[in-house]
Formats: sequence, C-alpha cells, structure tokens
Amino acid sequence: MSFITLGYADVALAAILLIANAVLSLALGLGLARPLLIAAVRMVVQLLLIGLVLKALFALASPLWTGVAVAVMMLVASREIMARQQRRLRGAWGFGLGAASMMSAGLIVTVLALTTAIRPDPWYDPRYALPLLGMVLGNTMNGVSLALFTMFNAASRERTAIEARLALGEERGEALAGPRQEALRAGLTPIINSMSVSGVVALPGMMTGQILAGVDPVEAVKYQLLIMFLIAGGTGFGVLAAVFGGLRRLTDERHRLRLDRLMGLKEKPRA
Amino acid sequence: MLRVENLSRPGLEPASLTIGAGECVALSGPSGAGKTLLLRAIADLDPNRGVVSLNGESRESMPAPHWRRKVAYLPAESGWWSEKVGEHFLDMAAAVPLIERLGLGAGAADWPVARLSTGERQRLALARALALTPLALLLDEPTSGLDPEATARVEELLAERLGEGASMLLVSHDARQAGRFAERSFSMKLGRLAETGP
Repeated sequence: MSFITLGYADVALAAILLIANAVLSLALGLGLARPLLIAAVRMVVQLLLIGLVLKALFALASPLWTGVAVAVMMLVASREIMARQQRRLRGAWGFGLGAASMMSAGLIVTVLALTTAIRPDPWYDPRYALPLLGMVLGNTMNGVSLALFTMFNAASRERTAIEARLALGEERGEALAGPRQEALRAGLTPIINSMSVSGVVALPGMMTGQILAGVDPVEAVKYQLLIMFLIAGGTGFGVLAAVFGGLRRLTDERHRLRLDRLMGLKEKPRA
Repeated sequence: MLRVENLSRPGLEPASLTIGAGECVALSGPSGAGKTLLLRAIADLDPNRGVVSLNGESRESMPAPHWRRKVAYLPAESGWWSEKVGEHFLDMAAAVPLIERLGLGAGAADWPVARLSTGERQRLALARALALTPLALLLDEPTSGLDPEATARVEELLAERLGEGASMLLVSHDARQAGRFAERSFSMKLGRLAETGP
C-alpha cells in the first residue's frame, strides 16, 4: 500500500484558500470572516489533538483506554442529542431516552461488525473499533435526535387531534400514529437519501480516504458498503427504540396523552 | 347512571355528582373555572383521583378506550387528523343518517377537512361521537357558534339520545338551552363544583 504523505507546508498551502475566502468576505463586508476563521482554527486544533490521541490509543491498544474513549464519545453524543431538542422529557428521561437508544444500537452494531465481518485481533483493536464506532455513532446520533425532535414537536402540535382520537376510544398506539410516522421518517430520511446517492452524486468520505491511501477501489467499495449497512442498521434500531420508548413515555397505561412529561427548552424543570 | 365521587386533579377540588339514565345535568361557570377539567377527568384524559362508574361498573374495571367509547367526551374544539372527513369515522355508512339530520350533506365523507367551517366541524365531531352510541355524553358547549337552525337540529338529536336513556353532562353558556334540557344544574367556580338548583 502506498500513499503520498503530506508535509505541514502542503496543508498550509490549502489553508490559503480559506484565507482568501476570509479576505473576500472582509472586502465585501459579508461579516463571515470571523466565524469562518474561528471554525477553521477550532477544526485545526481539534483534529491535531484527536490525531495525537488516536496515535497514543492505537499504540496502547489497551481494552481499558479504548473503553474510556468509547465512553467519552458516547457521552458527548448523548449530550448532543439532548441539546438539539426543542422539547424534551422531564427528569432522567430527557437525557436517558436518546442516550440509551443511541448507545445500545451503536454498540450492538459495532461489536457485531468487529466480531463477525472485520475480525481484527484483538477484536477491540482501537484502530478498527474507534473509527467504526465513530461513524456508526455519529449517524445514529443524527437519526435519533431528528426523530425525537420531530416526535415531541408533532405530539405537542397535534394535541387536539390526538386527544380527539383517544376520546373516541382509540388506543394510544393508534392515536399517536401520525407523530410516530413523522418521527420515524425524519430519523431515517438522511440515511436513506445518502444511500440512494452514494457513488453517483457523492463519493463517500471513507471510501475516498481509502482510495487516496492506495487501497484498490473495489476493496474500498466493500468497506464502504459494510459501513453503510452498519450505519443504516444502527440508525434504524436507534430511531425505532427512541420513537417507541418516547411514545410510551408520552402516554400512560390509561391511554392518556402526557404532554405534562415534556418541557420546553426555556422552561424550568417542574418540582 | 353515571356516578362521580370525589373526583379531583390539580385545578379541580373533589367533585361529586350523579347523573341518572336519561337525565341531563347542566354545568355553567366562568371561563377557566374548571368545567373542561371536570369533563376531561371523567373521561380519564388527565391523571386524576376519585371514583367514577357507569351503571355500577367502575372506570378502572375496563381498559380506558372501552370507557371512553361508553362515556363520550366532546371537547369544545374538535380535532382532525386526516385529509378527508370520512377517514375520521369508524363506520361512515352508519354515520350518514346522523350527519344528514345535523343538516350536512350525505356526501360529507369526501369533504376535505381543511375546507370545513367551524360549525361544520362541530356538528361532524358530534356525529362522530354519537355514532359510537355512548351511554353517557360529556358535552363542552356543543352548540356555541352554531346558527339557530343548526342549534335546533343538534338539540333535537341530543333530546332523542336522552329519551333513549343516555346520561348527559352539558356545559353551556346559554341559560335557556340549559333550561330546555336539564332538570338540575351545577356551577363551577375556582375549581369547586356546587349544585345551583333545578
């Protein structure tokens, strides 16, 4: 396998493009120079750091430190799911529902791939486990947060209709069919879209990366297919778990709509 | 007979009342006094405490959807979840006679919900609830916003159900309407239910 290594000077050369953009923005008074530069600096620092962290983790190849990295990734992703909601469940559910759905789906799918398809030795080899989990988790996080966002908003918006159905003697599952469908669709649309166009409109980043690193394109495609299936599987399970768990929490055993268990972002938690 | 004993929830002091078969009880009171809360609590749509039973069968002895088909709650604002009117009825064919008696066309099934007027929505929601032949009716201002002719049609249908033995709790701001139907009346003030006399 051969690939062209980059010097820092080569990277800096590419950065000139960004600086040119910033200069243009200044000249035209677009007000974009500052956010553009701040984001660029953030990216540089974060990526350099993660490069060092990954290098150390790969060298250690310890189950403990790999586990710590996994835990950190999951916590950050769980927090992100909660932060993206306009409304969320009160109490521990607010964090727990999205976190549990994403974590279980992401972990199951990743471990399955590591132990059956890729089979590195040891199976938790961080060089395989961490990038894989990162890709699965990132997509599952997006799906789960979109689904919960959509479902909680739809249930609040459609309250009159949902309660009309309940009052007519429908069960909670039927009465909330609308928000459920809307939420499942919202959660799964991104991955469906990206599967439909991958290879035609977009060359997936991971595959491109492998090709640049000298891997045979057909081999890179196989990897990409595996990853896409994992991502789709993880997102699907995560979204299903979050939506069905959320619907149960939004209703109770007497088939009532429990919007009192939701809170808006600006609202203080009720005692 | 609908029996309510010490029914309470936040915003509603323990309330008790009994409505016999074929009896209508009127409920009045200022907005925000808790009339809707009482109706919703009887229909078990909000968490509440107390004993509620219909013909001796307690609410808890059956799944909530069964209870709500027997004890129909008609909210002041009707809810719709599909494009066409017909999709909101379990058995549209059976509901057509009701819809016609309420002064709406027999072809209502194909009407798009988005084009219904407030009065049409209100009458269709009533037909939807009555089509389930409930034994008790909890009506939250069923004729507000209807013209006199439509109001008369609604009242005729309700009177018929009373004659067939339904128990009715009627929230109405129209004292004359309450007088036409109810033998007893209650009023609600600051979440407290009180009988105001026949």
